[in-house]
Order: sequence, then structure tokens, then C-alpha cells
Amino acid sequence: MISDFLERLFLGQEPTTSRDDVKSRLKIVLAHDRANLPPDLMEAMRQEILEVVSRYVEIDTEGLNFSLESDQRATALIANLPIRRIKFEPDAPSSASERSMPSQTARLPDAQLDSPGTTDVGSQPPPDIDLSL
Amino acid sequence: MGRIIVITSGKGGVGKTTCSANLGMALAKLNHSVALIDADFGLRNLDLLLGLENRVVYTALEVLAGQCRLEQALVKDKRLHDLVLLPAAQNRNKDAVTPEQMKQLAYALTKKYDFVLIDCPAGIEMGFQNAIAAADEALIVTTPEISAVRDADRVVGLLEAHHVKTINLIVNRIRPAMVQANDMMSVQDVQEILAVPLIGMIPDDEQVIVATNRGEPLVLSDNFSLSGMALLNIAQRIEGKDIDFLDLDAPYDTLFSRLKRFFKR
Repeated sequence: MISDFLERLFLGQEPTTSRDDVKSRLKIVLAHDRANLPPDLMEAMRQEILEVVSRYVEIDTEGLNFSLESDQRATALIANLPIRRIKFEPDAPSSASERSMPSQTARLPDAQLDSPGTTDVGSQPPPDIDLSL
Repeated sequence: MGRIIVITSGKGGVGKTTCSANLGMALAKLNHSVALIDADFGLRNLDLLLGLENRVVYTALEVLAGQCRLEQALVKDKRLHDLVLLPAAQNRNKDAVTPEQMKQLAYALTKKYDFVLIDCPAGIEMGFQNAIAAADEALIVTTPEISAVRDADRVVGLLEAHHVKTINLIVNRIRPAMVQANDMMSVQDVQEILAVPLIGMIPDDEQVIVATNRGEPLVLSDNFSLSGMALLNIAQRIEGKDIDFLDLDAPYDTLFSRLKRFFKR
């Protein structure tokens, strides 16, 4: 109680409660249960999406996050792909763009790829994903 | 024609049979005729919770085998005359009956009874398939625990696939003090995650164990209990009445916790 209070006072952040933990764990596990996507399919989709996005922007592979979430019985694919820099010539190899535009690097906010309304994806091919930034 | 309602949960030990026994009694108390079907073949318990274990003669299996009439197998309750139990066989397993046969039994009972409540076994195998075959409504019982909620979600998906139209949620064994300390999910948390309409919330109550020991469901007891009250309210909501939910937090609410909630908003 007192340590919680001190933590809040000095660090300015709320410690996460076990209630928050269980809610976030449940949301993720239910999204996967509901979508019923086999792990290899999920991995293949992840690879393909990364490939497409990497053609246009350079992604920070450390911070990327790829998961299913569900809300009100609708499942969504949430991809958080932190962008390191934008490639100004799409499809060109990354080394070339770095050489031509050395000073034009920009750090963008994390991109969210969201495809709502895909409830029953069990038997269907991977959903279409809007990659607009 | 009576309504067929299955009481199910996926996970075991969350209070399906307790809810079945109490809701059956509560509906009978509200002057409806009620038939309770124990669909837990091999592990029957509903007779114990109702205190009718000594009066079981025939079971659903003998009816289906043509060894007795349905009427003969029904155990009539002495306390409430409009309540009967169709017991499950204890010496057989879940494969002893088929979904088709369960439908026959349930449909036959709807002709005479306003409510046919089916107590579903845990799991999602044959026993579950049998129990939900005839139902057009379902009550999902869950507790505010990760495993119970996950299993409940799976069951909701299966019920939807079986075209069970009306699905309602009962959140059982809530401990308001733990919810206030943020160490347990609240009823709203569970309801939001499962996205199924809420029909009742029942606090964790030692009286449930006492009632089970005696074979006298809580709703029959003269002593007031919050959980018995919650169960009676659920029965009234099943009837279609608009009853307010109990404020389970009230006994644990201090001025400080109210202020804290106010400032968190």
C-alpha cells in the first residue's frame, strides 16, 4: 500500500494490477481462440506483411508487435510496426536510398494496421489488410 | 409449449449444477411448472443438490430403453409441487445417449412444463452435445477467473454454431472486496470480454456450501442471503421481468474508495 503510493508519487505511474494483467491476457488468448488461425499461417502472414511494408519503409525489427485482438466478438489483427525511416524510392534496395537521401531520415509514430470485422477467419484465406499510413 | 434452457459453462466447478437447482426451484416458486434434466450421465449431482437422491428410481436411460414411462422416471419435489427432476444414469457414461434422444425427452417435457432446464456436464464433448441439442436458450455460468472465462468463450462460440439463439451470462462467485482492490475482474470486465448479455451476478457465499450439505437450495431457505436473492432475481429476469442488478459493492464501499473512484474518472 505504502510502496504503491510512493511509486505513484515519485515515478508518476500506476503499478499494473492483477486485474489489468488478467484482462489483457484474456483479450489476447480469446482473440487467438476465436480466430482459430494455425500458428504457421499466422507466421506466414506476418512474413508477407513485413515483406510488403519493408519495400516502402525501413522497420525497426526490435520493436515490432503482431497480434490478434478482439472486441465485441469481432477479431482484429493488430500490427505495430515502428518505422525507422522512409524509403523515398519504393522497391529500390535500402542501401541505395540511404546513399541518395542521407539527411532525409524521419522517425514516424508507430503505424497501426487494423483490419476490423474479420470474425470467422478459420476457413478463409488471411484477411485483406489496409496498409495506408 | 415450454422453454428449453441449457445451463452450461465449459469449465467444471463454476456452479452450473448449483445454478440449475436454484433457478429450477426459484421458477417453481414463481408458480411455473419446471422440469430439470440432469444431462451429466455418469457423474450425476443434481439429485444431491435438490435433496432428492433417495427418491430416484428410474433414470432417463430406462425411459429411452422403454423400460418405464417418462412420467414414472420423473422425481417429484415434496416442497414445491410444480418441480420435477429427470435423473441421469450414474452407472453409464456420456455416450449412453444421443443428441436425438435428448431432444425427444426435452420436447416431450415441454408439453407439460413451462420450463425445461438442462444441467449440462463440463467439457465440450458428447455430454455437452447431448445437453445443447434440444435447447433454444442457454445460460452461461462463469466465474471471474481466466480459465473459466476462456472456456465460457469457447462454449459461446459452439452454441452460436449450433444456432442457440438466446445466450445470457451469469457471473458467479464474485468477491467484491477483491474487485475493489483490483485483484479480481469485475462483472463488467467479464461481460465486456465475453460480449454476451448479462442476466445475473452472484457473490461468493459460504451459505451455498451449507445449502448443498443439506440438499436444500438457497432460494428455499428462509434466511436471507445475498446469493439466494441474486438467484431469485435471475429467475425473474428469465420470466422477462426487468429487475435491477444488486449492488454487490455496497457493503465494501468506504468513503475513501468512493472518492478514489470519483477522481479516477
